[in-house]
Amino acid sequence: MPLRLTALAAALMLAGSVHAADRIKVGFVSTLSGPGAGLGVDIRDGFNLAIKQLDGKLGGLPAEVIVADDQQNPDIAKQTADKFLKKDKVDFMTGIVFSNIMLAVGPTVFENHTFYISANAGPSQYAGEQCNPFFFNVAWQNDNLHEAVGKYVQDKGFRNVVIVTPNYPGGKDAVSGFKRYYKGKIAEEVYTKLGQLDYAAELAQIRAIKPDALFFFLPGGMGINFVKQFVAAGLSRDTQLFAPGFSADEDVIKAVGAPMMGMFNSSHWAHDMDNAENKRFVADFQKEYGRMPSLYASQGYDAALMIDGAVRDVKGKVEDKAALQRALEAKHFKSVRGDFRFNSNHYPVQNYYLRVVGRDAGGRITNRMMGTIFTNHADAYVSACRMK
Amino acid sequence: MTQLVFEQALNGLQFGLMLFLLAAGLTLVFGIMDCINLAHGSLYMVGAYFVAAAAQVADSFWIGLGAGVAGAAALGLVLELSLFRQLYRRDHLSQVLATFGLILIANEAVRTIWGAQPLLLNPPEALSGPLEIGGFFYPAYRLVIIAFGVAVAGLLYLLVAKSRVGMWVRAGAANRELTEALGVDVQRLFTAVFVLGAALCALAGGLLGPLLAVQVGMGESVLILAFVVIIIGGIGSIRGALVGSLIVGTVDTLGRALLPTLLRVALPADAAATLGPALASIMIYLLMAGILFFRPQGLFPARA
Repeated sequence: MPLRLTALAAALMLAGSVHAADRIKVGFVSTLSGPGAGLGVDIRDGFNLAIKQLDGKLGGLPAEVIVADDQQNPDIAKQTADKFLKKDKVDFMTGIVFSNIMLAVGPTVFENHTFYISANAGPSQYAGEQCNPFFFNVAWQNDNLHEAVGKYVQDKGFRNVVIVTPNYPGGKDAVSGFKRYYKGKIAEEVYTKLGQLDYAAELAQIRAIKPDALFFFLPGGMGINFVKQFVAAGLSRDTQLFAPGFSADEDVIKAVGAPMMGMFNSSHWAHDMDNAENKRFVADFQKEYGRMPSLYASQGYDAALMIDGAVRDVKGKVEDKAALQRALEAKHFKSVRGDFRFNSNHYPVQNYYLRVVGRDAGGRITNRMMGTIFTNHADAYVSACRMK
Repeated sequence: MTQLVFEQALNGLQFGLMLFLLAAGLTLVFGIMDCINLAHGSLYMVGAYFVAAAAQVADSFWIGLGAGVAGAAALGLVLELSLFRQLYRRDHLSQVLATFGLILIANEAVRTIWGAQPLLLNPPEALSGPLEIGGFFYPAYRLVIIAFGVAVAGLLYLLVAKSRVGMWVRAGAANRELTEALGVDVQRLFTAVFVLGAALCALAGGLLGPLLAVQVGMGESVLILAFVVIIIGGIGSIRGALVGSLIVGTVDTLGRALLPTLLRVALPADAAATLGPALASIMIYLLMAGILFFRPQGLFPARA
């Protein structure tokens, strides 16, 4: 009883005044099982690596990260988010991979006035009309990497393209992004089920169309199976594959191997980018996990650094939401992708690069940076955003 | 155009034959032992994991496939002796509850042993490309799957239709009590059939592993299709399972390939893509409903 009274007294004394938290709680809900698991695992490992480098702290306060698997199911993700917000009372949320899940969870998080730092999902909805002060995307807007590929395919003179993408919000953003810069003929838009693994029927259809280029956006296990089956069907002889960095990063390369060679892809980050932060990140990630980091891992890492910088800026007073929002917008951290800034819709304005899969000096198959496609590129939805 | 039709027909055949491997075991267990085995899909999953794990250790797909199938058969033997033997005499509700429990146990066990992420299983290097026959291309590995399916179907036909054991199996499916009365050791027959079913599950799981993904929960979706197949074909009939599998495989593939294209005439691409597969899977269930209405025993009923 005396203890309870003390606690009550302490609570009464503190009520109404903004005080510094004694630790920072982060609710990390992500896809950690099933064909999309590779993405969530990479984001989680990148996020944890940053916290480890920061001696288990975020903004100088002890960090507590609660990890949960959404099984790529919006309902499970929503229940988990509810628990994080109401029971665990987390200070930040992050981790969601897929945009359909992000759109299902978002309203709950925003109503609770908790900041969501997206390390992946960047739906067009939250960049435009439904933009929200409590939503930040540290990676990109969904369309961006596809826009970069569209621009490259356009510039290279391909004029008969087939698009393959899953039928979900991220897939639709991919198609609109690609078409924003590619102006040639689109022979067919193939929409598959999210999570589909056997592409025999679609590949037969593509063979009949004979496109000169194929643009596909199939994250995780979907892309691994698609590339393998595309090569097995003998389609790589007539059709050049193009993809955003998601479908041509370390997870896919490791699984597919040599057939990936020569594939051009776009990214906002590359493991061979020449800056001190990136070199440290890539070296430490390999030491910690025994594999190369992917762009997802870099995004998870940046999300942790972003929270760290903002908490430090507000001196741990995370209850002062307005100050915290200003600190997050100010972006006081050094990203492994080099410098970027946040737009008024809380999405990045940054460069997008061209990479190609090939052998490095050590004979290992990996991505190599080729050049810049867009400089200081903003998303197409920011004008529709009225941030309240 | 010929290439497209031919390729899609082969795709339907490949999918149908793999469904047949699953449906064959399910229909025998259901038909002969009158036992609903919901965990049949779990045997498919565990079999695929056995194949993938063995292939990684042996660094050879074929050795992995052999070892995985043998492992799943052994697991089937243990399950039959320990659990299913107790279930034959119980009613269907007990069977459903017990085997549903098995699904949960199997999923958690696999998650604990191999982790939540899918295992990678690659086809043999020599089969990773396409095969060209007179300007016609088809993935070599899928042809091998078709060959396996046809061979297994042929062997099962010989076993069930021509051998003495097959005669007992057919007799058991048609009238269990009379078969027992005639002195057939039905208990051993049941064990053999169950083990065969488990081995076929693992064969399907191992062969499909490189095309799909070896992951937790892979058995549940395919189990539903396998049940549809045996309802269409007639419970307890191998011939019915084969015909049912090919019908479901073809309808699914053609639905996925043709419906979106046809719908595109009237609808935008993404709406057509949403509607197409939904309609294709509805077609399978419509087909099943039609069969249940006009021929409740299925196309080839075992109990005539």
